[in-house]
Amino acid sequence: MAKIKVVHYINQFFAGIGGEEKADTPAELHKGEVIGPGMAFKTGFGDEAEIIATIVCGDSYFNENIESAKAEILGWVKDLAPDLFIAGPAFNAGRYGVACGTIAAAVKEELGIKSMTGMYVENPGADMYKDKTYIIQTKDSAAGMRDAVKKMTAFALKYGKGEKIGASCEDNYMNQGVRVNFFEKERGSSRAVKMLIAKLNDKPYTTEYPMPDFDRVEPNPAVKDMAHATIALVTSGGIVVKGNPDHIESSSASKFGEYSLAGVTDLDENTFETAHGGYDPVYANQDADRVLPVDVLRDLEKEGVIGKLHEKYYATVGNGTAVASAKKYGEEIGKRLVADGVDAVILTST
Amino acid sequence: MRLELGKINITDIQFANESKIEKGVLYVNPDDLKPVVLEDEKIKDVVFDIAKPGESVRITPVKDVIEPRVKVEGKGGIFPGWTSKVDTVGSGKTLALKGMAVVTAGKIVGFQEGIIDMTGIGAQYTPFSKTLNLCMVCEPVEGLKQHDYEAAVRKAGFRVAAKVGELARGIEPDETCVYETQGIKEGIEKYPDLPRVGYVSMLQTQGLLHDTYVYGVDAKQIIPTIISPTEVMDGAIVSGNCVSACDKNPTYIHQNNPVVEDLFAQHGKTLNFVCQIITNENVYLADKERSSNMTAKLCRMLDLDGVVVTQEGFGNPDTDLIMNCKKIEAEGVKTVIVTDEYAGRDGKSQSLADADAAADAVVTGGNANEVIVLPKLDKVIGMLDYVNKIAGASEDTLRPDGTLEVEIQVITGATNEMGFGVLSAR
Repeated sequence: MAKIKVVHYINQFFAGIGGEEKADTPAELHKGEVIGPGMAFKTGFGDEAEIIATIVCGDSYFNENIESAKAEILGWVKDLAPDLFIAGPAFNAGRYGVACGTIAAAVKEELGIKSMTGMYVENPGADMYKDKTYIIQTKDSAAGMRDAVKKMTAFALKYGKGEKIGASCEDNYMNQGVRVNFFEKERGSSRAVKMLIAKLNDKPYTTEYPMPDFDRVEPNPAVKDMAHATIALVTSGGIVVKGNPDHIESSSASKFGEYSLAGVTDLDENTFETAHGGYDPVYANQDADRVLPVDVLRDLEKEGVIGKLHEKYYATVGNGTAVASAKKYGEEIGKRLVADGVDAVILTST
Repeated sequence: MRLELGKINITDIQFANESKIEKGVLYVNPDDLKPVVLEDEKIKDVVFDIAKPGESVRITPVKDVIEPRVKVEGKGGIFPGWTSKVDTVGSGKTLALKGMAVVTAGKIVGFQEGIIDMTGIGAQYTPFSKTLNLCMVCEPVEGLKQHDYEAAVRKAGFRVAAKVGELARGIEPDETCVYETQGIKEGIEKYPDLPRVGYVSMLQTQGLLHDTYVYGVDAKQIIPTIISPTEVMDGAIVSGNCVSACDKNPTYIHQNNPVVEDLFAQHGKTLNFVCQIITNENVYLADKERSSNMTAKLCRMLDLDGVVVTQEGFGNPDTDLIMNCKKIEAEGVKTVIVTDEYAGRDGKSQSLADADAAADAVVTGGNANEVIVLPKLDKVIGMLDYVNKIAGASEDTLRPDGTLEVEIQVITGATNEMGFGVLSAR
């Protein structure tokens, strides 16, 4: 197999040019040269990968001339056409971390070339770019160089060869906000008991799923004039036209359906059914009004309690359906309801 | 309570004229078992088959998995409320057939049954690819509704497992483990310096084929209560669930509850395992509130320092999980919760349907929405008729070349929320 071609990006300090006083050093391309931490990578790579060029740029220069510096560096990288772009490691150096993140993310995004960097978890560049490139977690200072190079080398070879990247904790990169499955060494119950023992003894432990910021939706104010309102029905209970013409899945629905209620006063087992796989369908199939109360709304319409029932309803299957998908369907359904002049919606589940 | 669990290692299952266990081999005459199944007039026919680890065999639609056991000393019998009367079990001596399981299959709901592959990538995800499986594919009488069929197959599975378990009576176990919990006062005196730990086991009770039974009682109807974990080893809790295959807790996993085993392993060393608390996952808000209030109260009354909380199912029960966690933590009792995730096929969605800052110690069984391709296998025990419809499948699941593109949701036990497996996610 051919060697993996790597372009390496470092700042003026690690290139041996100088510290803060040289931070305004403009970007330089050193073709065929291996500089600073690149030497350690070279050793780690053995004959599996080689650094074909090193790009050096002062941290102030990069951050103060971000657009032009980025464009210039991207131009070089494009011409060099490496298999992999590595920036840093930047440890806890803030401007260096931001530069590494910016340029690594740009190489991946704009050139479609694999990229990675390394830094300390509290480096501001980490939060900014951890979902845009692979950021290997390092210690907070260059004293951790050996450890950083070891982890980055292992990742670079795996990534460069096109092997499947495992979960963040397996391959030492910062979590990208994407949940990735992997096989642990110990079963879940043993991990839970160990975690509890640590928690009881005030010892450190790491949760396997940090709680997200939960999106809570405030209900709209009540409808004041129901007698003239157009009310729509929307359900996640899977009520579809018999035969499920849109093939909405019984779980993890990939779509929603729009169906007509024109002239329908009552749902019966010959015309409607449920596609939902999360509950005993017998009762919903016998009388789908139990999930999508068309009969009751027609009564209310007749009695003048509501203006009218909207002539279309929307349905999907809530069972196991990802929040992101549900949100997407909700937004689209909402748009259509607004366009049709609907005043209020009754949402039913199962 | 003290239970001796004698383990008889089963190394092979073979059909034979005489049903018996000899030198670790289980010989089964299907004609001995068939009448046991057909004594329920709702079942028209049953076909027995054997699936062994490594074979090119797919079992689907899988309903329940059960470990045959027999009670040889002490009060009561296996599966109290079903195949035995309701004496309190969990003490004395029980024999278990290890390395094998009874697997019930057949069209039930048609949506939430599972797949067990004995080889290939799917086998890595299910714990039941490693057991010798005595499968029973049941066919209902015509016109039987799903819930009646479910009940019939569930009970038939227990009868068959009990009947097979009886074959172990009189056989010397290969290994014996002793599990013992102390009374409240006795435990405090014996382990004055160890943290008092409980296990909160949430039982699936959403209804409409999502049910669990305790001593024959539908757990929807229970107020949370405490039991000895050894009772569960005798089949005090059984599954009646058609939730997604990946995170349903089959009867086998209740019998071999991994949290119970791992807490017992630490009992008297790093902690004092006080008891198991069982609660439910009903769909009405008042029920959720009441059950989580009672559960938190029990933790407090038992002076527990910490609990492990496990779940069954997903979505709606996530709210019960978070309520339990929040209220138990508010009582000053430390919690670790065990769950699984529905983060979408791309892994980018919020994993649970609820969240709270109190849930700061979570163990996950992985993302159930992960998509994998299962190879075409030589033999199907059961039928592929429902494979495009089960939860986690789609209309494109069965591909022209016979492979199956599925979410791991379809695989029995893949993301088990009692921590039975090693799958996880970050």
